[in-house]
Amino acid sequence: MTTAATPSAVSSPPATQRGVPHTGGPENPSAAAARARFPEAVRRTSVVWGETTLVVAVDRALDVIRWLRDDPEQQYSYLSDVTAVEYRDPEEPITVVWHLRSLVHRRFLRVKAELPRGAPLEVDSVWPLYKAADWLERECFDMFGIRFRGHPDLRRILMWEQYAEGHPLRKDFPLRGRFSRAEQLRQALAANPEARYSMEELSIADATEDLPESMRQRLRSGERTGE
Amino acid sequence: MTETRSGTRIVDVSLSTTGLTPSGRPVRTPLVVDERGSAVAVVPPPALEPDLQGEHMLINIGPQHPATHGVLRLVLELDGETVVRCIPHIGYLHCGFEKIGEYRQYNQIITWTDREDYLNSIGNNVAFALCAERLFGIDVTPRCTVLRVIAAELSRIISHLVWLGTTCIDIGAFTPFLWAFQERENVYRMLENWVGARLTTSATRVGGMAADIPADWMEKLRAFIREFPKTIDEIDRMLTRNAIWVGRTIGLGVMTADEAVNYGLSGPMLRASGVAYDVRKDFPYLDYETYDFEVPIGTSGDVYDRYLVRMEELRQSVRILEQAAERLPDGPINVDDARVILPPKSKATSEMESMIHHFKQVMEGPRPPIGEAYVAVESPKGEKGYYLVSDGTAKPVRWRIRPPSFLNLSAIPKMVEGHLLSDVIAINASIDIVMGEIDR
Repeated sequence: MTTAATPSAVSSPPATQRGVPHTGGPENPSAAAARARFPEAVRRTSVVWGETTLVVAVDRALDVIRWLRDDPEQQYSYLSDVTAVEYRDPEEPITVVWHLRSLVHRRFLRVKAELPRGAPLEVDSVWPLYKAADWLERECFDMFGIRFRGHPDLRRILMWEQYAEGHPLRKDFPLRGRFSRAEQLRQALAANPEARYSMEELSIADATEDLPESMRQRLRSGERTGE
Repeated sequence: MTETRSGTRIVDVSLSTTGLTPSGRPVRTPLVVDERGSAVAVVPPPALEPDLQGEHMLINIGPQHPATHGVLRLVLELDGETVVRCIPHIGYLHCGFEKIGEYRQYNQIITWTDREDYLNSIGNNVAFALCAERLFGIDVTPRCTVLRVIAAELSRIISHLVWLGTTCIDIGAFTPFLWAFQERENVYRMLENWVGARLTTSATRVGGMAADIPADWMEKLRAFIREFPKTIDEIDRMLTRNAIWVGRTIGLGVMTADEAVNYGLSGPMLRASGVAYDVRKDFPYLDYETYDFEVPIGTSGDVYDRYLVRMEELRQSVRILEQAAERLPDGPINVDDARVILPPKSKATSEMESMIHHFKQVMEGPRPPIGEAYVAVESPKGEKGYYLVSDGTAKPVRWRIRPPSFLNLSAIPKMVEGHLLSDVIAINASIDIVMGEIDR
């Protein structure tokens, strides 16, 4: 094993930020490059608390992120996070947020796409670029109901598959859940504890053959299994 | 210690019981010796030709299996003993932290951060306070900065010790578990002495700390710094060249550097693959750039390298603690900013203005300006980020936790497929998951 200092492709060593201004301050050079490369897709850029945000058109987000990853001047090879923000003001659009890092250039960039209200919540998946997006986008779908086009396996991840109360992080979702406690309890008691496997999993070992006849009938009639 | 030569990993191991020397000491000879006198590490068997036509078997591990470190459930498709496919299921511990955060003031969220990655609670407190302070535009005092470094590094030590102990148990070694948990107990006693709680510390506040350290605390820290490296050396002697340990860990769950970056791995998982990305070095916070420490990286990205990286990180944490103990300045621990800091109790009970201020501060809560901040720290598991969005009210619009073990775990199908069922346990242990953080 070796110990090594981190690669330094930057001139000055990074330092703890102090006295970061609320707005303004030095902009990440990638923002200007993105504006020059995608003048029609980049809606606006801003610097808030020292972090540069790039707001892009929803349908061009994948193109911009692909360019950010592949351009040798940018090399945002590391996807830190995919998430979404819904504001309390219902006029504000739901925003999908990608946090990208360039490990080589030691840069951090926030890319945002605003999903218009009223239209279906859809955006292209960045899974073809970053495998890290697999679970992050599933969580975002689970919590906000945003569909990521091109994701290979977009299903709920933290909530269970039959969860019928909606998407918990939406602002119209009450803190205690949409259903009453009595209804939640009723559903929990009515759940079939035997149904622990998805059909995909059951097909692994032809396990459907081993199931009791009553359960096979239920599965044939279209009942979904657990998870 | 290790080298890679034409695809074969060579590790000098020396632990076998082939008899006694004339002086009565056990003879230590490598188990399998190659032409250079080094033991050839056990490489995972190549995928055998399918012998007889057989059914694939469905095996369910968890969510109550003790080796899944919590409530993780893995559905495995096996061909004989080889894993063909792995389908992980998570969410059994989902509590809706992010939703609850939208209904809490900033200082109230700090108690929730204790409970997500509960092995690193004080480190989470520090991380959240840093993010909230960015949102308020506050720089903490020099004493507070150093105290937070001490807290974060102690937290890293606790977390790595739990990882070490439980991984030893998973792989079949019991003794190092006891040594690791004894040392962990020492740290927990120190934390209890400082903030009054062991696990759920809630040690920070926006703009400072809940409490300054007690008078004789630094003596305890120095004693810990003196004694702890002996335990690391002991565990090191026990495991690093232990033929069983090496045989059970080497060559398993390999992630190349490119894969590790693409899968969003971070922390020791990423560094074991040879990518020297450490938030403390690359995007420093809490003046980490002024501390002298090194970032260990591995060469082949397998379970053994992750072990080596974490062991070295324990030593580097001790180095940072030594420097922090040296430089701890006197002075206030809280910033002088009436927006976030309560007036002293004596004033709040004697002056009307201070009492009103105290009341409004507690009941309404501090209000940051409109804005957003993503602050990441190097938690023991990796890049732990908090993303706060404020609309100018006392409660955040969005509190996002970027959980490092969530992303580290998401690569488990990639890591276990092709390995044996018993290796799934070792690979899963090497990820260092905490389900409280993954499910939130």
